[in-house]
Amino acid sequence: MLRELLTIYTIFFRMGAVTFGGGYAMLPILRQEIIEGRGWADEETVMDFYALSQGLPGIIAVNVSVFIGYHYRKVPGAVAAALGVVSPCVIIISAIYFLLSGFQDNPYVKHALAGISVCVVALILDAILSMWKKGVKDVFGVALFVLAFAVSAFTGFSPILLVVSCAVLGIIVRPITARVKAEKGGDGK
Amino acid sequence: MIYLQLFWEFLKIGLFAVGGGMATLPFLQRLSVSTGWFPPSLITDMIAISESTPGPIGINMATYVGCSIAGVPGGIVATLGEVLPSVIIVVIVSMSLEKFRGSKLVDSAFYGLRPAVTGLIAAAGVSVAQVSMFQLGLYQQTGVLLDFFDFKKLIYFVLVFVAIKKFKKHPIVYIAISALLGILLAF
Repeated sequence: MLRELLTIYTIFFRMGAVTFGGGYAMLPILRQEIIEGRGWADEETVMDFYALSQGLPGIIAVNVSVFIGYHYRKVPGAVAAALGVVSPCVIIISAIYFLLSGFQDNPYVKHALAGISVCVVALILDAILSMWKKGVKDVFGVALFVLAFAVSAFTGFSPILLVVSCAVLGIIVRPITARVKAEKGGDGK
Repeated sequence: MIYLQLFWEFLKIGLFAVGGGMATLPFLQRLSVSTGWFPPSLITDMIAISESTPGPIGINMATYVGCSIAGVPGGIVATLGEVLPSVIIVVIVSMSLEKFRGSKLVDSAFYGLRPAVTGLIAAAGVSVAQVSMFQLGLYQQTGVLLDFFDFKKLIYFVLVFVAIKKFKKHPIVYIAISALLGILLAF
């Protein structure tokens, strides 16, 4: 058990150490480590965790980590995951705070970060495509995707309210789309 | 006892900031005013460093502020304070979720949630892309449409994306190569 927790801690430590940006930037690395690498959770489960984390208080990356940790090994797993994902931050930031003043103004650091940010966009795009395959199953899904994208990109509407309304819409619309599918016979679009 | 106070203040932030790391920003600004622990000018440095180092931004910011107030132990205490509510809340939600898994209601809710989360992530991706591959500022200055695009980066973006699709390596491989190329090509 202790060994397993150490593994959880190490994996999340590694993910925290190579994530640049917020919770969504962690998704590509998380997919590689958790879904494909170890099979601790499947793609749909991770998406559900992201959805829930969006609506809960706290840092999204930490919330998702705690969800996965709990999913895999209950409360000890949750704690190990949370500590793992924050440990590299504490080490790196303390080091920078005390050792490297003007770190972020260094031209090499700037160029490196500019390169990384392009790469992060490509990685996020790759993650979105795979989430799309799993999560967007019909016209209703496409409509919700467009809605969520537009609202988030062009308005200041609260993402929490957005997520809650989409859940409610899902509850209302699911029976209808299910019936349409049944009438068509089979799983046509 | 400064550590206890720090822990308490960041616990409150972790409990009330909903919507990810940047959502803690207004709380940190208020903390600066209400306690006088750090000047508001520290916040700009904090964002710059948090964005440019690995790790979730929200945690980086908590560590940075904690460090500036009470050294490394302060950074640790602030971070733990901010994380504790997450652990408790998420565990409670997970427990109740287990009970309702497979229920039609929860399933239908996720049926609506999944496309929405995909849309939210796409929007987050676009906002990162805006900063990293397009030059809105330059375009507004010159009015030349071509200035809006940073062609070097766009070409690199396509190359990385193709490489990701083709080779299926761990993301850190692409991140490391991109950092190196960023320096070599002066991105």
